[in-house]
Amino acid sequence: MWKTLKRWFHQLGSPRTFYRFSGALIPWLFVAMVITLAWGLYQSLLVAPTDYQQGESYRILYVHVPSAWMGLFIYVLMAVSGLIALVWRMKVAEMVAIACAPIGAAYTFVTLVTGSLWGKPMWGTWWEWDARLTSELFLLFLYLGVMGLYAAIEDRRKAARAAALLALVGVVNLPIIHYSVVWWNTLHQGATVKLFSGESHMHPSMLKALLIMTAATKFHFGVALLQSVRARILQQESKASWVQELVDD
Amino acid sequence: MNLLHILWSLIQRDLRLAWRSRGELLNPVFFLILVIALFPLGVGPEGKLLARIASGTVWVAALLATMLSLDLIFRSDVEDGSMEQMFVSQTPLSWIVLGKVITHWLVTGLPLVLLAPLLAILMHLPQPGLWALIQSLALGTPVLSLIGSVGVALTVGIRKGGMLLSLLVLPLYVPVLIFGTAAVENAIAGMSPAGPLLILAAMLLFALTLAPLTAAWALKVSLS
Repeated sequence: MWKTLKRWFHQLGSPRTFYRFSGALIPWLFVAMVITLAWGLYQSLLVAPTDYQQGESYRILYVHVPSAWMGLFIYVLMAVSGLIALVWRMKVAEMVAIACAPIGAAYTFVTLVTGSLWGKPMWGTWWEWDARLTSELFLLFLYLGVMGLYAAIEDRRKAARAAALLALVGVVNLPIIHYSVVWWNTLHQGATVKLFSGESHMHPSMLKALLIMTAATKFHFGVALLQSVRARILQQESKASWVQELVDD
Repeated sequence: MNLLHILWSLIQRDLRLAWRSRGELLNPVFFLILVIALFPLGVGPEGKLLARIASGTVWVAALLATMLSLDLIFRSDVEDGSMEQMFVSQTPLSWIVLGKVITHWLVTGLPLVLLAPLLAILMHLPQPGLWALIQSLALGTPVLSLIGSVGVALTVGIRKGGMLLSLLVLPLYVPVLIFGTAAVENAIAGMSPAGPLLILAAMLLFALTLAPLTAAWALKVSLS
């Protein structure tokens, strides 16, 4: 069992196998994404009850919260595949790490925008230097740094390794940044805004829709990541004979 | 030669090189004073307001000054080829990086700490905050140099890496800024600044152990 798993992992490291494997996987992920997204939107927009305090505008949370989770999840995934790329020099791992960055940045951006849209009716302001918002903003900058470094170095593989190293540095610093921002916020403004203090645990009827939406974002990430990695494989392996054959067909 | 001896001769060499171009040496200092002088012009010369924002302004200016001087750590060595000699020498690269970071701090961080009283006067910093400001700068600026060495090692192969470097490094400087200003604010409010200062000291130890290793790794990646 362990042996086959290990062999499979190594085979996946070859761009060609990865290309074939992901090509077979993508349609399934896509179908799963469409189903969960449709079901999740139906649940969250129509079925889930209106919040007694926040009214209808709380529904933005069904986009906001899964995006926020994805922003962090993708960063960690990027760092893990970056570590694999640096230690074992796997081409595919480099591409996965780099492909993660724009998707994660997009999710973080969506989180910031939806949070701001929600903040206007709830807090009466588009932007509050709340601890979560601030650390989310710096998460976005960490993503942009990785993307900027990758874009600035000409040699693609060197660029990927440098960006992967930066992602690793970022993942070590992320908790430090987050907790110092939390500490800073409590020091400066105390209890003006408390995000979730007034709220009890989420009602199951609301939680269900949230979980489905979370699954939908995971599937979307899978599709987007694999597509992006496939495009990168074709680009970087364009001299390989199997890519030539593929293009000729 | 033992490692400490190598470190010492490396620092001596870099200090001598820095001294040979001492015109450049003062640039970060002038930059710092200039940035501080811009704030009263921007927000108004009212003493109370300046005192309120003094700690933050000095710290932000220190961050910017350090960031702009980061290129000094490796760039000239990479350009004239001495870095390649250091690559192939028997000394661990991380140890050499540590020597370079120490020199960088002596050249740019230490003047900043010494300058703190002057900046405090310019910004009307309340008297009780001054000692905390000096202490926090003394503990915090080495962290800035250490973190910066990683960023500069990653961008050293890029021709115009300046703006990119700030994008890489500034988010990582956030914790230092927060605890540096917190120490000063605590002291002004009449509380003990020990808590934030100890956290800064912890950050310094953490960065001291990990940053040279990471920067050496990054140098190998970007110069391979």
